[in-house]
Amino acid sequence: MADNLLCNIIEQVQTICDKHGNNPGELINILHEAQHLMGYLPEDMQRAIARKLGIPVSKVYGVVSFYTFFTMTPKGRHPISVCMGTACYVRGAEKLLEEFKRQLGIEVGETTPDGKFSLDCLRCVGACGLAPVVMIGEKVYGRLQPIDVKKILDDFE
Amino acid sequence: MKIVSLNDLQQIKKKAESLLALREASDKEAQEQTCGLASGTPRIQVLTCGGTGCKASSSHIIAENFRKLLQRYGISDKIDVITTGCFGFCEKGPIVKIIPDNTFYTQVSPDDVEEIVSKHIISGNKVERLLYVDPKDGQHVSDSKHMDFYRKQMRIALRNCGTIDPENIEEYIARDGYMALADCLLSKTPMEVISIVKQSGLRGRGGGGFPTGLKWEFTHKQESDTKYVVCNADEGDPGAFMDRSIMEGDPHSIVEAMTVCGYATGASKGLVYIRAEYPLAIQRLRTAIKQARDYGLLGDRIFGTDFSFDIEIRYGAGAFVCGEETALIHSMEGKRGEPTLKPPFPAESGYLGKPTNVNNVETFANIPIILTKGPEWFASIGTEKSKGTKVFALAGKINNVGLIEVPMGTTLREVIYDIGGGIKNGKKFKAVQTGGPSGGCLTEKHLDTPIDFDNLLAAGSMMGSGGMIVMDEDDCMVSVARFYLDFTVEESCGKCTPCRIGNKRLLELLNKITEGKATEKDLEALSTLGRVIKDTALCGLGQTSPNPVLSTLDNFHEEYVEHVRDHKCRAKQCKALLTYSINPDLCIGCHLCFKHCPANAIAGDIRKPHSINPDLCIKCGMCMARCKFKAISVC
Repeated sequence: MADNLLCNIIEQVQTICDKHGNNPGELINILHEAQHLMGYLPEDMQRAIARKLGIPVSKVYGVVSFYTFFTMTPKGRHPISVCMGTACYVRGAEKLLEEFKRQLGIEVGETTPDGKFSLDCLRCVGACGLAPVVMIGEKVYGRLQPIDVKKILDDFE
Repeated sequence: MKIVSLNDLQQIKKKAESLLALREASDKEAQEQTCGLASGTPRIQVLTCGGTGCKASSSHIIAENFRKLLQRYGISDKIDVITTGCFGFCEKGPIVKIIPDNTFYTQVSPDDVEEIVSKHIISGNKVERLLYVDPKDGQHVSDSKHMDFYRKQMRIALRNCGTIDPENIEEYIARDGYMALADCLLSKTPMEVISIVKQSGLRGRGGGGFPTGLKWEFTHKQESDTKYVVCNADEGDPGAFMDRSIMEGDPHSIVEAMTVCGYATGASKGLVYIRAEYPLAIQRLRTAIKQARDYGLLGDRIFGTDFSFDIEIRYGAGAFVCGEETALIHSMEGKRGEPTLKPPFPAESGYLGKPTNVNNVETFANIPIILTKGPEWFASIGTEKSKGTKVFALAGKINNVGLIEVPMGTTLREVIYDIGGGIKNGKKFKAVQTGGPSGGCLTEKHLDTPIDFDNLLAAGSMMGSGGMIVMDEDDCMVSVARFYLDFTVEESCGKCTPCRIGNKRLLELLNKITEGKATEKDLEALSTLGRVIKDTALCGLGQTSPNPVLSTLDNFHEEYVEHVRDHKCRAKQCKALLTYSINPDLCIGCHLCFKHCPANAIAGDIRKPHSINPDLCIKCGMCMARCKFKAISVC
């Protein structure tokens, strides 16, 4: 990461902390807003938050690593989330996930080397009528089968 | 305007009633004639579903197209386009309802809008191809009242979902909204309110089924300068979406109920702990809170009394364990969501060490109507020990996926076959899973059990938050147990050993079974370990996590034995136990499977039967999906 970009981001993080009164009780809300800046929470960002709130960085990392919503790896340009809710599972989500892994050559939680796609699982989008469901960016794809995966991926760029 | 008296509220209600009159009338009476501007219908309302499920299928574009087209035809002054909450029938979404003739259009796409406007709204003829077809007789059903899906339902918690515009407080007021609050603040003492809730027999809908009135009383009795009311909207059960739908479709009922609870327990601050993954519910709730503040229904001196109350939203960050009260409170304090031993209960020492009353969304949604209709009315619905209704998210291998609400005591058979329309693709029913990762699987023999808290518990499952996943003969029960345990292992907070290590060992045993490497001794170990975890884990998550394993082990013992002894998975789900092969009599050598096999496991010359090398085959099933001649089989 370029130094000036990082400085800029750190400044924004500090503003977020100030907005929440530098209150350690607001840590989760602060992390939500901070993650919004870059899509993930790099180590430097966590250090800056810890310093600002006057708590050990281990506490911040403890919270970041506890909750699945927070991530320390950058997402791809088109983040893929395969719904692993029970309704999707019984309608074949696992096979769908296998196919995404195979087509992209990455595991869950990873990003393709070109930064185009990242692959994650999520627990219930709430569109169970369309199960199995996959979200790519903001778009929801419903009633998918492994056979559809290649075509969907090919449609991006 | 600010509401400071009952009179103010009644005036708004009176004014807003006309908005709802058309919808309420068409909901009660059957309308024979199709409405249309040409035949003289003076006013028509178009309701589009604005729930997450339908929005995923572009329902917001449908609403936009309606507005644009009506404008173009110059008739937008006679027709209201209203975005409501979830109608419940998600399988057939997106749904569009036309009032006053109550026509229920299913699976509408943005391109269908033009036809609905010109044919129905203007000329008064229904668009038949978009009507629901009754699978029993193939007939079109246009009024939702006559659909099996709705006939056996009783909507109390969902009373406003799919009827009102959730972003318009006046529509909520028109449906007696905030009347319960006014009545409590102006003419009841906190103890009187609590006694009504106790009399109603309402039990917590989040899973445990603890009597709500009793919970309120505990918090009420605590002496403290500050108390809190918390709404648990961290719906973590994968496959359950009732809380989200209530918040999206009727957010004011939560705001009103929390305020009533604040009055009854002596709290002046409310907090909603909601999943960050629910952007639409968050937005609707924020709008509702803002509107309530603008109308003086939240804030200082509500209805001119000494009672002040306000609500704030806190975001969860994706941790199932945070559904547990003590873990939820730690998470709201900005910490890791780890549970602590009870006592002390949150009612004694909760958020920031202050007395805190935690209730779930659906529980709160029942409160206003209990107060307006009376506890006797509510207690007359349901079974002896479980009063009222329960909302279920019906999903899985069932024809009518959706959100349903039935009186307690309805049988599983009624839910699955009458409301749910039976099993998809004519397959055989195998099991229904209730209670999510904390519940168990019920089988054929439980189909006539009346659903309530105690019966489900006795049958080895639990009510949970209301996820109900139906499974058919193609589902492997060992894999299902593994799926849930995989979830628990990932979600275990790691604080206590039985849950952290015990569940991991359970999962390893299950993996061994699905890979065909287990012995019958492992089955014994599975059962013993499961019971130990149940007895020794710290919180509700750990204590209930072996349930999916233990209940499938009890109800589908034969299937476990088959995996272990015969290395066979009858549902053909456990990859390691499967073999793919090509029938040379059916294979014409089209080479399609060869081309698509990712493992180069298929060999054969064009126009000659192919074969699969089992050593290379990764059992992805791609060849079978591609083969047009049904030449590939799996056993």
